[in-house]
Amino acid sequence: MTNKIILAGFGGQGILFLGKKLATAGMDKDMNVTWLPSYGPEQRGGTCNCSVILSDTDISSPIIGSPDTLVAFNIQSYEKFMPRIVTGGKLFADSTLIDKHPERNDIDSYFIPATAIANDLGTPKLVNVVMLGYLIKNTDFFDRDYIRGVLTDSLPASKAALREANGRAFDAGYGYGE
Amino acid sequence: MSKVLIKGNEAVAEAAIRSGCRYYFGYPITPQTEIAEYMAKKMPTVGGLCLQAESEVAAINMVYGAAASGVRVMTSSSSPGISLKSEGVSYIVGCDLPCVILNVQRGGPGLGGIQPSQSDYYQATKALGHGDMQLFVLAPSSVQEMAQLTADAFGIADKYRMPVLILADGALGQMMEPVDFDALKFTPEPKKPWATNGHGGKRKKNIITSLFLKPEELEANVLERAEKYKIVTENEIRYENYMCDDADIVIVSFGITARISKAAVNEARARGIKAGLLRPITLSPFPAPVLRKLADTASAFLSVELNMGQMVNDVKLAVECRKPVSFFGRTGGSLPSSDDVLEQIIKISGGLK
Amino acid sequence: MIVYKRPEALSKVPMHYCPGCTHGIVHRLVAEVIDELGIEAQTVGVAPVGCAVFAYNYFECDFVEASHGRAPAVATGIKRTHPDKIVFTYQGDGDLAAIGTAETVHAAARGENITIIFINNTNYGMTGGQMAPTTMPGQVTTTSPYGRQKLIQGNPIHVCEMLSTLDGVAYAERVAVNNVKNVRAAKRAIKKAFQNQIDKKGLSIVEVLSTCPTNWGMSPTDALKFVDEKMIPFYPLGVYVDRNAMGGDGNDE
Repeated sequence: MTNKIILAGFGGQGILFLGKKLATAGMDKDMNVTWLPSYGPEQRGGTCNCSVILSDTDISSPIIGSPDTLVAFNIQSYEKFMPRIVTGGKLFADSTLIDKHPERNDIDSYFIPATAIANDLGTPKLVNVVMLGYLIKNTDFFDRDYIRGVLTDSLPASKAALREANGRAFDAGYGYGE
Repeated sequence: MSKVLIKGNEAVAEAAIRSGCRYYFGYPITPQTEIAEYMAKKMPTVGGLCLQAESEVAAINMVYGAAASGVRVMTSSSSPGISLKSEGVSYIVGCDLPCVILNVQRGGPGLGGIQPSQSDYYQATKALGHGDMQLFVLAPSSVQEMAQLTADAFGIADKYRMPVLILADGALGQMMEPVDFDALKFTPEPKKPWATNGHGGKRKKNIITSLFLKPEELEANVLERAEKYKIVTENEIRYENYMCDDADIVIVSFGITARISKAAVNEARARGIKAGLLRPITLSPFPAPVLRKLADTASAFLSVELNMGQMVNDVKLAVECRKPVSFFGRTGGSLPSSDDVLEQIIKISGGLK
Repeated sequence: MIVYKRPEALSKVPMHYCPGCTHGIVHRLVAEVIDELGIEAQTVGVAPVGCAVFAYNYFECDFVEASHGRAPAVATGIKRTHPDKIVFTYQGDGDLAAIGTAETVHAAARGENITIIFINNTNYGMTGGQMAPTTMPGQVTTTSPYGRQKLIQGNPIHVCEMLSTLDGVAYAERVAVNNVKNVRAAKRAIKKAFQNQIDKKGLSIVEVLSTCPTNWGMSPTDALKFVDEKMIPFYPLGVYVDRNAMGGDGNDE
């Protein structure tokens, strides 16, 4: 089983971090994983994306042409990558910033106002963590408690408040729509 | 065993430090700048030095000075910067000095692009500098191998007193994969009585030079080095043989494209086509004897590269026209998919029937 | 009592320099200084590409032969990995001020704790008398056969003046070796340039106005006169920067 995930949006939305959390979680489960960022001038001008592959077999190329899963944090990323999602793939989008809906009916779309939720929680920087909760809820990538542990355990115990905030943002995303 | 998720570039830097390299001289260029950044951060904490030079030319000459004075030292760059280093590389070869050089290839010619490429194969294996010279060239194809081959490179450089070039690409440099640093094997640094680090009143002076004005002296010097290359070729060829022994079609591919080719081999096998992958890990010395032998059993060879067809000519030389050798590749920064490679295999396979 | 002998640091081999060339004098001065400071055992020299390419055959200390112009970078590599060793380069004007300008300027800017002996003879000696960055206005060379003209070949570089603007340069002095008085002053300067390195002051450069009778087409004595009458007025002798004397403390702050 191989999952090819593209995460894309603006710099500052924690996209590379989110990708690394997924890859680290996979690595700790002894999966084969790759994480590849956009680099060079592509990372200037505020856009940012990374490709994460989680697989139980060898990963050939870290570059993703057609993602199984797209996590889009802005309209530019949505327009660039949504058409490339494989048939049967999944779209996750931040509906606070993306007001479009795909005209494709061969993919499953999941919209969450992640930015608004993060703002409401008083932790606007944790928009990525809100999205992570929602992503985990609607995929079978990882077990909820496991990835929540990966997320909070990576923060030092001295930053208890941050740990707690991350947990709260994750839970808000995970519980969205229930 | 504990793995860390780390970029290829950073894995090289960390492995170099663990190999006892305490000196890094470089210049920023995409897509390998993380190495200089990692070294700048880490070297001072281990009593080492990372110095940002004024140019690639200066950086390689600092490496030259450091290598001459007998320390483990490295530099890194990407294609255009490697061209600038070629002068210094030739001198380092001419002086028989050990050092490690990393090329995280990007597209060319000229300024080219910054996406992955293997278009410096010729430069690396044939002419990274003027004169009758060769480098030892290693081609990793995973981040774990980026780390291990870096460790190996220091050992090989010291053993044979020659520069070792690690030929990677933008994808291998930029991507993160799990690396188990505890699993790395290292070669201890030998004594270097030839080094120019002050005779200390204990020996005669050492001179490091590549200048031999008398033709017979220069010829002797070049012949002596050629003998060394012969020994290197006999002892150090490395490759991965993946299902080649019964293969009708042998794909030859290194680095990042070898991974893609391996997936294509698996898909071909699933369709009943006997394909195999011969992945050179040393590009110089090239595993020609292995390919020559495979020409006895295989029906066709396919070289898959990120360029317009460079290694394919070494495959042809190795196979000695006994079997057809074809080429497939992308250039400019795009990677082929395993389906693209599979299509080529199917095409060749159809032609064989 | 021996009053004059070959310095220990100077090898007992014949030099290849042309009759009347002052490289031999400068080599001897460097060797005398190495002897007097007792540093031969820990000294590493870096030879240039140019007439002094074989300098490694003439000194008893360890030596590395650099590629054209890169001696300051090679010296940086040696010194940074062996800060306790004494590292000097010996370079000509084409090497230091043309092809190696970047290496020179940046080693100086970084304040590399090395010593540079810079031979200015206003032309490329080894290749047969071509124009150098130091060739003076109006001076005839094989590549400025009508005399160096500002609008065609451009202006010469005054190396000491240029480098003295950089904070990393502890000491820059221009000397000549065309008469006994100047030779003695040159030796004092060279000794200071090595002592500065021992004292970790930063980069020291001694520019030596030198002769090239063969390529200038002059007798050795006329060449010495040329230094006096033409070169010194254009390249004035003297200390261009001495941060120690100025109350600065070089690099060792």
